[in-house]
Amino acid sequence: MNLLQPILILAAAFLVVFGEALFPTLRLCLGAQVDLLPVLMVYAALNTELVTVSLLAVLGGLWFDSLSANPLGTSILPLYAVGFLICVRRDLILRELAFARLVLGTVASAVVPALSVLLLLTAGKQPLLGWGSLWQWAVMTAGGAAATPLIFTLFDWCNRAFGYQIRTETSFRPDREIRRGRL
Amino acid sequence: MFRKKHYLALGVVTLLAVLILSLPPRASSHLKLAIGSWFLPLFGLANRGEQLPADLADTVLPRRELLQQINRLRQTNEVLLVQVLQAAASQRENDRLHALLAWQQQAPWKLKLANIVLRDPANWWRTVQIDLGSRDGLRENLPVLTPQGLVGRVSAVGLTRSQVVLIGDPKCRVSAVVDNPARDTGIIGVSGPVEASLVELTYLSGNASLKPGQNVFTSGLGGIFPRGIPVGQVVDSRTVEFELYTEARVKLAVNLGALEQVWVLLNPTLN
Repeated sequence: MNLLQPILILAAAFLVVFGEALFPTLRLCLGAQVDLLPVLMVYAALNTELVTVSLLAVLGGLWFDSLSANPLGTSILPLYAVGFLICVRRDLILRELAFARLVLGTVASAVVPALSVLLLLTAGKQPLLGWGSLWQWAVMTAGGAAATPLIFTLFDWCNRAFGYQIRTETSFRPDREIRRGRL
Repeated sequence: MFRKKHYLALGVVTLLAVLILSLPPRASSHLKLAIGSWFLPLFGLANRGEQLPADLADTVLPRRELLQQINRLRQTNEVLLVQVLQAAASQRENDRLHALLAWQQQAPWKLKLANIVLRDPANWWRTVQIDLGSRDGLRENLPVLTPQGLVGRVSAVGLTRSQVVLIGDPKCRVSAVVDNPARDTGIIGVSGPVEASLVELTYLSGNASLKPGQNVFTSGLGGIFPRGIPVGQVVDSRTVEFELYTEARVKLAVNLGALEQVWVLLNPTLN
């Protein structure tokens, strides 16, 4: 099993959560912070095993909640729901197509925050909601969509640079060689 | 489609999430702080990154400019010293009058400066993290303010970091009084998800006489915030619930989006 991809994905999730908490620029400009964990989850679900998806959901969710006022564990289930469904159905998805990735990134970026808020409301919490939340949701969705090609390109580059390349098989087979004799 | 290992993974993660969600608040808070401490090395890197431009600027700042700054600071210092003398005289006079009126002597506030190190990554909460913790004497529910006005209260305390819930968040309700002849009192509630500078002032009496521009201060009720900290100014008001009570919008005195440093009030006296 290639350990590079899971390690890269988890390291990226760690940095993404910290970066979202450290840099408020987007929030100051657009009124909402873009969350990149759903996009990472789409990448992990399309390219790695279910173990990595599970680890990303658990660790990413815990890291996010530890820096947020969310009750600990709130972000795990929304992330995992998206990652699990994509991972299980990925053979039916044209995952090499950029458009398919973009659609998945967009949908994940929209669904994960919606499920998180739904979970908070179900648990009896009172998150800050109003008409402005629709704008924030739109910014998060658009931001996630915009980040999807970047994340995929970055990870593809990292895999090419640091991972083992698949050995290409030659079509030559000695037993099928046509030996030409003298005329 | 679904295979055995899929069910297994789904079951394990769901169970884990439910277990963590159902932890008692105290255990959950401790676990949260423990997981948050994983980011400590990144805090150090971020601080160093912030200091680097300043260090570079220090190395290239000419000596003449530094001398000019020192001169300006000396002049300012002298002016401030005179003002301190005046303030001390006023304080003595104030103390004497308080003693005459047998009022409770208000202890001077003990403040501690804190830097904002992180903001809440979720859009539906309004919290920040500061670089002071229990080792600096912080505990839950201490008021946090700036010279402009009230910022919020400490909601969770770790060893080296604390979470501050900002005014306008649903978890930070403040009893406030309007600076008008009737001294109308209400509760500072939530702000909008996008517009953080406007908060609701609710549960004012139905015949409250509010005017735009009137100042709003903390009332001292509620047991957390001392009296007299500026909150903001009234923008507009309206009666609600069949004129049972009045609601007002208050523009906060502090720009919460641009916070960099705050003061934590270590000994709030609630007189």
